Amino acid sequence: MTTDTATVEPTRPTVAVRHVLARIGRYTFLCAVLAFFALPLLWLATAPFDDTPTVTASLPRFTLDNFRALLDNPYALGSLLNSVYLAAGTAALVVTFAALAAYALSRVRVPGRDALLYGLLLLSSIVTGTATMVPLFELAFRLNLIDSRLGVILILSGGLLPAAIFILKDFMDSTPTSYEESARVFGASPLQIMRHIVVPLVRPGLATVGVWAVANVWGNFLVPFLLLRGPDKAPAAVIMYTLYTEGGQADLRLLSTFSLLYSLPVALMFVFVSSRYGFRFHGGIKR
Amino acid sequence: MSAITMRELTKVYPGGVRALDALDLEIADGEFFALLGPSGCGKTTLLRTIAGLEVASAGSVRIGGRDVTNLPPGKRDVAMVFQDYALFPHMTVRDNIAYPLRIKKVDRRSRGSKAADTADELGLSGLLERRPGQLSGGQQQRVALARAMACHPQVFLLDEPLSNLDARLRLEARTFLKRLQRELGVTTVFVTHDQAEALALADRIAVMEGGRIRQVGTPTEVFRRPANTFVAGFIGSTPMNLIDARVHGDELAVAGARLPLPDGAPGQVSDGERLVYGIRPEYLDYSPTAVPGALTGEVVVVENLGSVSLVSLDVPGDHAGASDEAGAGDDSGAGRTSVQVVVPEGGEPEPGDTGWAVPRPGRSLLYRDGNLVTAAAGVPAPRADATVRS
Repeated sequence: MTTDTATVEPTRPTVAVRHVLARIGRYTFLCAVLAFFALPLLWLATAPFDDTPTVTASLPRFTLDNFRALLDNPYALGSLLNSVYLAAGTAALVVTFAALAAYALSRVRVPGRDALLYGLLLLSSIVTGTATMVPLFELAFRLNLIDSRLGVILILSGGLLPAAIFILKDFMDSTPTSYEESARVFGASPLQIMRHIVVPLVRPGLATVGVWAVANVWGNFLVPFLLLRGPDKAPAAVIMYTLYTEGGQADLRLLSTFSLLYSLPVALMFVFVSSRYGFRFHGGIKR
Repeated sequence: MSAITMRELTKVYPGGVRALDALDLEIADGEFFALLGPSGCGKTTLLRTIAGLEVASAGSVRIGGRDVTNLPPGKRDVAMVFQDYALFPHMTVRDNIAYPLRIKKVDRRSRGSKAADTADELGLSGLLERRPGQLSGGQQQRVALARAMACHPQVFLLDEPLSNLDARLRLEARTFLKRLQRELGVTTVFVTHDQAEALALADRIAVMEGGRIRQVGTPTEVFRRPANTFVAGFIGSTPMNLIDARVHGDELAVAGARLPLPDGAPGQVSDGERLVYGIRPEYLDYSPTAVPGALTGEVVVVENLGSVSLVSLDVPGDHAGASDEAGAGDDSGAGRTSVQVVVPEGGEPEPGDTGWAVPRPGRSLLYRDGNLVTAAAGVPAPRADATVRS
């Protein structure tokens, strides 16, 4: 014991110093990364209340004039409502169809099921991507879906469905089939089983997919920009693009204010959904 | 009237696994019936085929005189309790019990009161607003039973009803289950791999192996007179002693000893024939002194089982296991095998002693090619016993 401490003694200060230095280095790095991501948010929080906002974050000279100016823009508030329509419509379609498809894929033995799923997942990133914009536009044009919200909703849903099916199938796989078999023996029909048993059990999964779909649509610029003609139907992501002064300069007062209004609904939705449907499982299967 | 009749019932899974092989079985009205066998013997498949969760590949199932072979589970008027109970975790105990009534479109108030009544019968009245996750294993099982009872089915199907309970609770639940079934008088079929459970609960037992039924009978029949060496080895907490034997006139040469032929054997066997002699450890009486007509050998192991001890005697001869059937013993007498004897407390020998084991009259059996030779000697008819009990 004594010999041990004697040999360790000389090295101890250097070890301690190295430990402290490592810690300082680590925290400095973390601070830098944090600042990198926090500064834009700080700007978003201060600029809307500043009467002369710049691209830097600074203590604002407080005013609400920017909000009044935004209200004068004829499309600003309407576009937020348009975003809500598109996001809600897409989320509803995606959750409904993904739930049904995932349930079927999880419970029925289809030959080549996994290959199908991976294929879909791979192709889905292409569907709403830039690469297929021309054929999609052509398709929408032939189907008379140009300048229609339904067209945007359908195309966005198509792009999101494969990944949504993939996520939900995992949730469906993890719920034991004995729940459903039990309901079947009592005479429940497949749709009753879905409604009474499966949907409540995978509700956290459905909430996840719903939130994910809304966030995706909320931030999507390209599809509504190309498919919707007039500013009266354009969602917030597209209207934001129009907030320039006559001189072609970005109107930072309107942009910052609109950005704040644009980001709030999604942030609130996250908080609401996670507090309500956070990942819980009640048990009831004896393992 | 809800007897279950199966004819030529066959289930072949995709991939060619034959889980049920042209199986015939009749389960009487009101009977408590056990499907017993090792894992993979097809007992759960049979239960699920009765429930309608599996579709029979061939053959028919009739419940209460009605052909249900092609009916979906919900139209068969059966209720099933799953091994994991499958209580819906997002519903309260009340909603769980009332669920079958909800499917039958019973209005909310009367199904609520029906659920409360059923819960009352099973001693669950204080737990109606709880969720399954907040219940103990025994309570969960009773909720599952209550849910099955709530819709008054013709048949109860229970998949391994006791396997999810700990040992002490299992005994309690066993007694409870037997009493409940007797009171309700509903035909009940349950699956188990535990022979003690089957013997304790059932009016009749079907012992299964490889998709076939090896024996159907009352617990007494399958325990005392297993129809073949498979059943003999499977039933009983200590497996039956199965030893190669050879007929010598009206005597039997077993493990170096001469024993009288078992009841019913004379006339059935020929002189010099090789057979397998079977006797349960419970039906051998141990003697520390030499007795005529006894198996003898050195005591090698003494296992204390509480009120009794299991003593293993080392005897000459070959052990005829259930798997290698009768043909293994060509060099009878050359090998050594052990005979197990149940000895009551107080009389336990020490390892190294020499002991004698005397078979009780009428309890020893003979097997030819794995099947019982000494058939139907003083055994009550199978069906009569079951109906009297139920």
